[in-house]
Amino acid sequence: MTILNIDWFFALEKLILIAVVITGALVIAMYSTYAERKVAAFIQDRRGPNRAGPFGLFQPLADGLKLFFKEEIIPSHSNKVLFVLGPSLAMLTAMMTSAVIPWGSKVELFGRSIDLQIADINIGILFVFGVVSLGVYGILIGAWSSNNKFSLLGGLRGASQIISYELAMGISLIALLMVTGTLSLKEMVEQQRHGHWNIIHQPLGFLIFLICAFAECNRTPFDLPEAENELNCGYHSEYSSMKLGFYLFAEYINMFISGAVMACLYFGGYDIPFVDESALAVNTAAILGAVALLVKVGLFIFLFMWVRWTIPRFRYDQLMRLGWKNLIPLSLLNMFVTGAWILWKSKSH
Amino acid sequence: MQSLTQRAQPVDRRPMTWVEKIYLWNIFRGMLITLVHLFSKKVTINYPEQTRPFSPVFRGLHILNRDEEGRERCTACGLCAVACPAEAITMEAAERLPGEEKLYREEKYAARYEINMLRCIFCGLCEEACPKDAIYLTETIAPANYSRRSFIYGKEDLLIPDPNTQPAEYAKARGQIDKKKKAGA
Repeated sequence: MTILNIDWFFALEKLILIAVVITGALVIAMYSTYAERKVAAFIQDRRGPNRAGPFGLFQPLADGLKLFFKEEIIPSHSNKVLFVLGPSLAMLTAMMTSAVIPWGSKVELFGRSIDLQIADINIGILFVFGVVSLGVYGILIGAWSSNNKFSLLGGLRGASQIISYELAMGISLIALLMVTGTLSLKEMVEQQRHGHWNIIHQPLGFLIFLICAFAECNRTPFDLPEAENELNCGYHSEYSSMKLGFYLFAEYINMFISGAVMACLYFGGYDIPFVDESALAVNTAAILGAVALLVKVGLFIFLFMWVRWTIPRFRYDQLMRLGWKNLIPLSLLNMFVTGAWILWKSKSH
Repeated sequence: MQSLTQRAQPVDRRPMTWVEKIYLWNIFRGMLITLVHLFSKKVTINYPEQTRPFSPVFRGLHILNRDEEGRERCTACGLCAVACPAEAITMEAAERLPGEEKLYREEKYAARYEINMLRCIFCGLCEEACPKDAIYLTETIAPANYSRRSFIYGKEDLLIPDPNTQPAEYAKARGQIDKKKKAGA
């Protein structure tokens, strides 16, 4: 159906896809909070939430309800517009990155071939980077508008941390781009489906990317912006009710998205290991591929939690030293070696 | 200076090696430790469903005993109140009137019998002092409450169920007393 030169079915299928992806991301973020508490408990030899529903499975609902019923406080000395904008921006940027991630290959429905990706833009990974950098504005604006010194310090830390680690992350990514020769996430995944996973070509690059992803998500050991014991919860110390919930939720969505990005970049995205997808029916392959991607993301989320409950927080100077003096030289070296390897390979052919 | 014990360890102040500086190896080792704990047996007891077994001589809330016919055993002799080091027990005696033989075992009974659970130290001396087999400390832990007044337990809180009207509850309460007697013997 084409009216006004717009394919409306195409628009509809994209809208449905967006709804599914956002709902999925929210549900996964919700249950990440549950998983976080369970993992924390198990690592500390406890049982974790087990009262609400079987195995405590309704705990996230109870937590969400609690956040809604909490008193909504906007401090009188705060900048009200920015105070509300902060958490909204954090949530928005967390959601936006999901647009370019390929969640699966094609599905065939009603005679149409539908891509399981909201937008396959040719600068996919660049878009992810841009939006992730915007994410710190949520923290920074919220921290600044609270008009509280602890919040401001937390926001400053967040900003400087993201600047420092984005450099190393970007350089480690350049090495990957030199290998793949494309910025589109879909194309990267397709390359990995037909060849090797990028982790084989770029193990050091992946390690740097992983460490930087921890820093970008503000996860322990890099959770300096909200350091409870020194900054009194940092950037969100003035927040209450669902505005606080938005900040906490955005962190979990960020975790989910960065897990998905890492799976796509280094672990073959929706590629199922040791299975030839072309032997399967198109729809089955797509669904199994999406499940495979979700399993990979789940493993990454578990890794995030596992690290959080193992390692204490870095000191601020240690954080800066690790970023500027270790990771950036290492990623530069990685880029140099990759370039030399590509050059040598092209010469030898 | 000679050390007090032979267990003192010198602190290793060597500068960090390259492997230690990059943290990764040590972080990996730490993560292995937490992974082992992830699968280890949990020490928590699921409290309301599971309870820890009490010692047979555990002393919790008091009960006032009845005999097999449901008559109160207490004769308000006051020995428990005298024995009580915390002075938690108060009582008022009354004389049994004709026609009340089914209610009270002896000619004298406690019209009022109160234990202040905030004063009580759960020593069990009242139980030892009682010549009439009337007061026992059970395995129930004194519950929380909102007012000081509600911690003063009267006869209606302390008396065990009547075997004539509530035989099952009476048997349960008797079971606790018998267990206690066995442990004491």
